[in-house]
Amino acid sequence: MMERPFFGFGRPKLKYAEIERLTQPDIRQVPVPAQITVFLDHAAEVKDLGLRQGTEVKTGEKLALYKDKKGYLIAPATGTIQNISENRTYTDRRFLAITIDTKGKDRWDTQFIDEAESPPGPENALAYLAFLPGISDFTSLIRMDNPLHTLIVNGTDPDLLVLTNQLVINTRPEEIKEGLSHLSKVTGASRVILVVPPNLRLQAEKVGAEIRVIDPVYPNTLPRLMVQGVLNQTVPANGTLTDLGIGIISAEAVLALKTAFTDKTLPVEKLISVIDKDNGVTCARARIGTPVREILSTLNISTQQGDRIVFGGPMTGHGVYSEDMPVLHHTDAILIQDKSRVVPSSDSSCINCGECVRACPARLPVNMLVRLLENGLYEEAAQTYDLLSCVECGLCSYVCMVHIPVFHYMMLGKHELALREAMEESNG
Amino acid sequence: MDKDKLFVSSYAPYWHNGSSLSVKSYNIILAALPAVIMGIYQYGPPALGVVAFSISFSIFWELIMNSVMKRPVTIGDGNAAVIGLLFAMLLPAATPWWVVLVGTFVAIVIGKQIFGGIGCNPLNPSLVAIAMLMLSWEAMLDFDEALVNYDLGFYMAYPLGALKHFGTDILYHYSPGQLLMGQQPGAIGATFGLGLIIGGIYLILRGFIRWEIALSFLAGIFITALVFNIADPEAYAPPLFHLLTGYTLMGAFFLAPEDASSPVNFVPMLIYGACAGFLTVLIRNIGAFTDGVVFAVLMVNVANPLFDKIRPKALGKGTDHA
Repeated sequence: MMERPFFGFGRPKLKYAEIERLTQPDIRQVPVPAQITVFLDHAAEVKDLGLRQGTEVKTGEKLALYKDKKGYLIAPATGTIQNISENRTYTDRRFLAITIDTKGKDRWDTQFIDEAESPPGPENALAYLAFLPGISDFTSLIRMDNPLHTLIVNGTDPDLLVLTNQLVINTRPEEIKEGLSHLSKVTGASRVILVVPPNLRLQAEKVGAEIRVIDPVYPNTLPRLMVQGVLNQTVPANGTLTDLGIGIISAEAVLALKTAFTDKTLPVEKLISVIDKDNGVTCARARIGTPVREILSTLNISTQQGDRIVFGGPMTGHGVYSEDMPVLHHTDAILIQDKSRVVPSSDSSCINCGECVRACPARLPVNMLVRLLENGLYEEAAQTYDLLSCVECGLCSYVCMVHIPVFHYMMLGKHELALREAMEESNG
Repeated sequence: MDKDKLFVSSYAPYWHNGSSLSVKSYNIILAALPAVIMGIYQYGPPALGVVAFSISFSIFWELIMNSVMKRPVTIGDGNAAVIGLLFAMLLPAATPWWVVLVGTFVAIVIGKQIFGGIGCNPLNPSLVAIAMLMLSWEAMLDFDEALVNYDLGFYMAYPLGALKHFGTDILYHYSPGQLLMGQQPGAIGATFGLGLIIGGIYLILRGFIRWEIALSFLAGIFITALVFNIADPEAYAPPLFHLLTGYTLMGAFFLAPEDASSPVNFVPMLIYGACAGFLTVLIRNIGAFTDGVVFAVLMVNVANPLFDKIRPKALGKGTDHA
C-alpha cells in the first residue's frame, strides 16, 4: 500500500516498479500441475460444442471448439479433457471452462510446425495465435482489409508492481528484435514503436526499433494515455484505438511471436509477476491454465481465509475468490494481499472534496459522475459528464476519502450503457 | 473447491491511499486549536464553556438525527465536532447556553442533516447557524454588547463595529501586529490571526483544504478593499485591516473551503474565493452588516453549482487543451 504523503496537496504520484525491484533475478519455473483449466469466451449454444469429455489432447494441439463454427483452443498440456462446463461471470458474460487432466511428459502436436514452414503471415497467426501469451486477443491486431498502421510495443507494465514486460526487455532484447520483424509481417503495420521506462533505455536500444521513453508514473502506460503520450494523438471518447489504426501489444507477446515463428513452438507458458504480501515481486513461468495454488506453493507463499488474490496489479486487477482459479494467457501478475491490508469500500455519500477530480488523468467531473451513477442515471452521465472518456485507471477510488467504490460505479455505468446500446441495435 | 478458504473479492483498485474523513476532521480541529486556545486564554471559562457545549451539542444533534432518520451513526467521522467547533469559534465568549443549543440545532439539523447528511449540504452548516442567529438575535452577536464586561487590557471595541460607526479615525487603535496577535475583541476563535494563519497553512500543506479557495478569498478581500481605500482613504479602511479583523481568516481557512459547499475545479475555486472576498468587502464597506464574511460565503455557496460548470474538457472530447 502506498500511503498518502504527509504533505498532500498535489496529485497522487504512484511510480511503476523498476526491474531492480525483483526479489530474485531468475524466473521460477512452476511444474505442470495435475490439472489445468482454460477459460474461453463462449457465445454459441452448448449443443454445438465439438469438444467432448475424454478426448486425448497433445501439447499445442489446436482443438476445434464447435462443430461448424469458428473458434478454437490451443491445448497447453498433454492429457485428457476431464470436464467442460459453461459458466457466467457476474456481468452475465458466458464463458467455457475446459479442464484437462495432464498425463506424463509433454507430447507436442506437430500441426503448427508443419504449417509454420510457410513464412509467418496473418493467416497463420489467425489460425494459431489467438491465445498468444501477454495479450488478451492477438488476433484483434490483425485486420486483413484495413491493417493497423502503428503498433506500440509496451515494454513497460500495465500496473504498479508488475514487472513482466520489463523483465522480457531486460533479458531478451535480441529475441524481441526477431519478434518485431514477425510482428510487422503478421499485422502489416508500417510503424512499430517500443515504449520503455527510462532505466531500460540501453537494453531497448539493442532491439533496434523506434524507442520512446515514458515517464514511469501511474497511469501513463494505460492504452489511451500511452497513445496520447507517445503519439500525441487523442483517442475520441467513444472511439477505440483501432479506429485510429493504432494497436498496443506487450513485449511479452512479441517474444511469444518469436517463439512461435522462429522456434516453431506454440507458446503455452505465461510469465507472471507474483507480488507477495510484503510487495516483493518474483517472476514465475507457468503453463497457461495452472491454478494459482500451484504457483503459490512453488513460490512458498501461504495464504489464509480472508486474504485477497488479484489477477493483475493493485490498481486495475481482478479479484478472485479461490486458489483454484487458473492463470490465463493474459494474466500478467498475481497480487496477494494480506487480510489486514484489505480496505473495505463504503456506501457513504460523496463529500465533494474533489480529490478524485484532481487525480483523474482524463479530467472527468468524478464528483458529479458518482452522484449520477449511484442513482443509475447512466445516459446522463455519458452525455453531460463524459463518462466514456474514463481511461479506467482506478485513481478515483484510490484517493476517495470516504471509500466510495467510484471506479466500480464508473465501470458499471459503462457496462450498462454497452448493454443498452446492444439492446437498441438488436431491436433495430 | 476449498470452501474453507475463500478470498475477499471486490472491484479494483485494491490499494487505497489511507485517507479518511475522520483523519481530515481531526486535522481541521487540530488546526483550529491555536486560535481556540488563545480565545479560551483571553476570555476564560465562559469561552471554554461555549466551545465544549457547542461541540457536544453538535454531536448530540447528529446522533439524534442518525437515529430519527434510521441512518448509520456518523458521529465518529468527526464532521459534527468540526461544525460545532467552527460554530463556537464564531460566537462571542459570553453567549448564553440556549443560543448555542439553538445554533447547533440549526447547524446540524437544518444546515446539514435535512439535506441528507455530510456532502449533501448546499451551504456551510456553521454559517447557516451563525446567519440565523445574526438575523434573529442581533444583540447576541454584537461583540461590543456581548463583551461589555470584559477588559483585556487592549482597546475593547470590536474593530469592524468601530469602523462602521466611527469611520477610519479610530483605526490608530489597531496596529496590524496587535490584530495578528489577537489583541482585538471578537469571536472566541476568530481574533488570533497568527494562530488561524498557522492552522490554515497546516491544512493547505496537508491537503485538507484547497489553497486556491483560501488564497483567492484573501486576494479578493485585499484587492477590493484596496480599490475602496485608494478611491477614498478617509472613508474606507486599508486592506490589511480587513484581512486581520472580523471573520476574514476564519472564512479563508475554515469556512469558505468547506467541501460540500465549495467547487472542486481549479478555475471555479478561484472565482468562488474571489467572489466571496469581493462580496465580503462590499457588505462591510457599503452594506448594513458590520462583518460581511457570513453572508458573502453563503451567497457564493449558493452559486457554487454554477461555478463548477466551468470545467476542463475531458480526454477525447472536442478540442483538447491539455
